[in-house]
Amino acid sequence: MRVLGESFAVGRFAGQRGIGLDNYRRLFADPHFARAAANNLVYAAGTIVPSLVLALLFALALRETGRLNTVLRTLVVMPLLIPLVAAAALFSFILLPGDGLLDFYLGKLGLPMLNWLGDPDLALGSVVAITVWKNTGYYMLFFLAGLAGVPQDLLDAATIDGAGAWRRFRAVTLPMLGPTFGFVLPIAIVNALTQVDHVVTVTQGGPSDATNLLLYYIYQQAAQNYDAGLASAATVITVAALLSLSLLSFRAIERGTHYES
Amino acid sequence: MKADGRLLGVLAASAGALLWAVPFAWMAVAALRPGVPADIASLTPGGPFGLQNFAEAWQSGSFPLWYLNTVIVCGGILAVQLVTASAAGYAFARLRFTGRELLFALFLLQLLLIPPLLIVPNLATLVSLHLYDTLPGIMAPYFASAFGVFLMRQTFRTIPRDYEEAAMLEGASIPVLIWRVLLPLAAPGLVAFSIVSVTAHWNEFLWPLMAVSSPSHQVLTVGLASFASGAEAGSAWGVVAAGTFMVAGPLLVLFLVFQRRFVASFLFSGIK
Repeated sequence: MRVLGESFAVGRFAGQRGIGLDNYRRLFADPHFARAAANNLVYAAGTIVPSLVLALLFALALRETGRLNTVLRTLVVMPLLIPLVAAAALFSFILLPGDGLLDFYLGKLGLPMLNWLGDPDLALGSVVAITVWKNTGYYMLFFLAGLAGVPQDLLDAATIDGAGAWRRFRAVTLPMLGPTFGFVLPIAIVNALTQVDHVVTVTQGGPSDATNLLLYYIYQQAAQNYDAGLASAATVITVAALLSLSLLSFRAIERGTHYES
Repeated sequence: MKADGRLLGVLAASAGALLWAVPFAWMAVAALRPGVPADIASLTPGGPFGLQNFAEAWQSGSFPLWYLNTVIVCGGILAVQLVTASAAGYAFARLRFTGRELLFALFLLQLLLIPPLLIVPNLATLVSLHLYDTLPGIMAPYFASAFGVFLMRQTFRTIPRDYEEAAMLEGASIPVLIWRVLLPLAAPGLVAFSIVSVTAHWNEFLWPLMAVSSPSHQVLTVGLASFASGAEAGSAWGVVAAGTFMVAGPLLVLFLVFQRRFVASFLFSGIK
């Protein structure tokens, strides 16, 4: 069994070897790749920061167990269970210009209708919104678990010392959540590089490359342009980016973490 | 003052969570509205309601086939994973052999190389193994799950050696030891891993899209994507909602019933 597992691992590495430098030259000369990399940076920042902040806010608000909170938690976690293509199908209606759900209710409020997925300036933001909706509940679960680990007597002591709610959060809760951030952030980084199903089904990277992301670029080169060289080179670059980003985030978190001795 | 702040928090959280549920609410409402109503976006329509959209979705898509393929893929992956992960996990937890730590480090390295990114090399491997456009081809990259090995190693480490030694003294053979002693004790780990594995592969899209070309081998997610784009072109949004419901429904129902189990498993899965 171990040999089997090993052969898979080695097979994967071997698949990436033997790529000429020429492919990298072509890759870096391709404006679509540059656009995809830049978009992916925006996509990563745009999905990770809001979904982590929202997840933490939800966790703080819903940390106490009660019947209402249990129901509300379930509502926030539910998107985690459905396929990203199903979320994409729902949002392609919600964001539909004119008859769509968002325009329908915005229209009732007298607000202007926008072409959420068709406007190059808005499309990436719409794709980001779908991802945030899908992932926030997952991260909330980790924050809920992390919050359960914050000792109550520490918070009580801070209260007795006259610390207000905000001060208690800044000085006690947040530092104690360091390890939680430590494993949620790498997961979120992986998600920002691997979750492109909605790009494949809803926007196809468009309009005019506005929602092209690295993995979508790889998919395009491999499955539509049959350019194995370019696809492999892009894979190696993306994997390298993922590994270095993960290491960096580990380091940063480690430095900022407060360990109780 | 303090009570006011708390009430505000509850209200904000409730509003946020309700907003989060709007896509689901629309899915449920729109799926039950036959025809093409002008106010299809409304979350509180007056009716009429009916199940026609489900019937239409069932007829225009190949749902029975997609369900079958998805169940075969998820079940096949899980069955092989449970064997490989518990065998390798046990080896790493208990057996002593040279290079164990190095081998385990290699495994952890593989953990970082997430399969979704490796569609290109995996596709090349698939073609060379003559597994392209087959259901085993969809499953192949996941047979050896580094995460599963890691999880089972941790699980076996929590089982005291005494149990095994006692069973051995009683004269239990290795298969009996595995079936009667180890697997029952490792059940929580196996259940947690199974939930995570099935959820991941039920919902996966890009790899099954690439690994298979003929319609008869499509899984639910791939089927939904082509089905939805067809129905959307005809503005049949109620049918889209019904189809989405049929794809997302089974896991959602299981989640609502076994919520604690699911949440514990997802937290487990974060230890990667």
